[in-house]
Amino acid sequence: MIDKARRKLIARLGAAILFGLGSAPALDALLGRAVRASTPKGPGNGGIRRGMVINLAKCTEGCTKCLEACHTEHNVPAFDNPKDEIKWIWKDGYHNVFPGQAHALAPQSIQGRDIPTLCNHCENPPCVRVCPTKATFKRPDGIVAMDFHRCIGCRFCMAGCPYGSRSFNWRDPRPFIKTVNKHYPTREKGVVEKCSFCASRVDRGLGPACVEACVSGALVFGNLNDPSSEIRRVMADNLTMQRKPELGTNPSVYYIFQGGDV
Amino acid sequence: MFESVFSGSRNYWLWILFLLAVISAGVASYAHQFDYGLGATGMGRDISWGLYIAQFTFLVGVAASAVMLVLPYYLHDYKAFGKIVILGEWLAVASVSMCLLFVMADMGKPSRVLNILLHPTPGSILFWDVIVLNGYLVLNLIGGWVVLEAEKARVPPPGWIKPLIYLSIPWAVSIHTVTAFLYAGLPGRHLWLTAILAPRFLASAFAAGPSLLILLSFLLKRVAGFDAGREAISKLTTIVVYAGLVNFFFVGMEFFTAYYSGIPGHQHSLHYLFFGLDGKGALVPFMWISLVLGLGGVIALLFPGNRTNDRVLQLSCLALFISLWLDKGIGLVIGGFIPSPLEHVTEYQATGTEITITLGIFATGALILTLLFKMALAVKQRTN
Repeated sequence: MIDKARRKLIARLGAAILFGLGSAPALDALLGRAVRASTPKGPGNGGIRRGMVINLAKCTEGCTKCLEACHTEHNVPAFDNPKDEIKWIWKDGYHNVFPGQAHALAPQSIQGRDIPTLCNHCENPPCVRVCPTKATFKRPDGIVAMDFHRCIGCRFCMAGCPYGSRSFNWRDPRPFIKTVNKHYPTREKGVVEKCSFCASRVDRGLGPACVEACVSGALVFGNLNDPSSEIRRVMADNLTMQRKPELGTNPSVYYIFQGGDV
Repeated sequence: MFESVFSGSRNYWLWILFLLAVISAGVASYAHQFDYGLGATGMGRDISWGLYIAQFTFLVGVAASAVMLVLPYYLHDYKAFGKIVILGEWLAVASVSMCLLFVMADMGKPSRVLNILLHPTPGSILFWDVIVLNGYLVLNLIGGWVVLEAEKARVPPPGWIKPLIYLSIPWAVSIHTVTAFLYAGLPGRHLWLTAILAPRFLASAFAAGPSLLILLSFLLKRVAGFDAGREAISKLTTIVVYAGLVNFFFVGMEFFTAYYSGIPGHQHSLHYLFFGLDGKGALVPFMWISLVLGLGGVIALLFPGNRTNDRVLQLSCLALFISLWLDKGIGLVIGGFIPSPLEHVTEYQATGTEITITLGIFATGALILTLLFKMALAVKQRTN
């Protein structure tokens, strides 16, 4: 008797599970977020999504103009101790910027060179997800921005960022700023900061300071959602790569290793 | 009830004075850190969490382990734990208090900490951790206090306390699960990105916490003449052994997945911790000491003769506790940051300031525990 009841229950459970599996697509449709295994990540739906292409075929080895322009524009302090370091945009090795993708048989010109790296302004930013106060947030135009006055300095975003793009003010930065730009706030000790894609300049109709400073035209900034934009034209003509694409963050910063006609 | 903390032996007061001295040193160091910034610690751009968050993580486990007494006693009416269940609850109170202090010590802008509640962000695990930790503190404080008060008055505890005590059981599991989720949900930190992080946290907690309780019971016997009872100690030992075995089983699983799959990212942090990476391996000796002490402790306790030998039992529990502290209170958090996302190996060296603050917080926890235990024993020893 008990056995029969039990068997019935098991059968019902099985049916429920089968039904559940069958209805998964229905559930996806309901939630409006179908997950597919092999659909390429698109630029996003409508509106503006700011992005950048870094064309390494044009980027001059040893040049630091973009770094200097950014750090001067944003009052980034210069510390001697790497532990205290604050970096918005900097250069690092091929194997460091592209771990997992870099390999030893790549062209010599790539192997030894420095590659610019900065916040990726991810479409799906882990730093925004983990921040307990919304001090870091994604703007409607895709820029991942910071509110320095709300940040409590818990540094969860630094643990969350898979690109090492965030810096913390381990000590008072003000005495270490070479020349203060009065048009951009300085920070206090105890808060996190990072590249803002020059949100304040973009809002004034200007391009980012690093792009403006790049004389070789290696940095292209624009709207990834606009097919007629320069950045989209560059991306249509060249194969571009994102950093750590497997993490699902969908970076808005793309890299070109060789020009299309090289 | 609280008045009993104001009377004690000469040794009691010397101990309190000692703790106050350590706390003062911690406060002085914190004043320096507050003034200079968190640069006064060994943390930096690559290793952005250090000793504080590691201690916090370890102590959440110690706090959660109170459930190993509360569950058998209140849910299964296991009478042998009747005398010491309050010790478990008070240990939880002291541990959570330390957790909250460690989080505060780690904040860049402690004055803004209320932003977590002013701008609640349910998508952030830290938001939930603040909720569950404070909730657990209140549950254990109320549960312990009300039951002790009733015991003092020689009346049964009020009925309304039962649901709160029952609630504290799943709540204990939640605090360590949520704390594991702080780590396990971060893309690109391979040491932490593992589905068994929460189970592993719970296993290590249920081995470390009861180990500490066994040691504390022996200590109380010596300094206060309080006997937890043979059966209670024996049952706690069983819990320690099972949880310890499960913990090391989980550690082995991490090694298997990382090394058999051959995925470099999954191996890097483990390799740094146990063998060194890029020629750097400051934590290697600690991790091997942890493994030897931990396995040694658990294996020793597998033999029934050792479990009834007080000396061996104490040594085994101490070895296991130190082992799990090294593993979770040092290796797990710091190892997770090595290598950095750009695959640089930066090592971590705690500063004197940081260590003094850490000791100050431990002394604060010890003070809270001393006062609460004093209170509990005053009631227990009068009613006996």
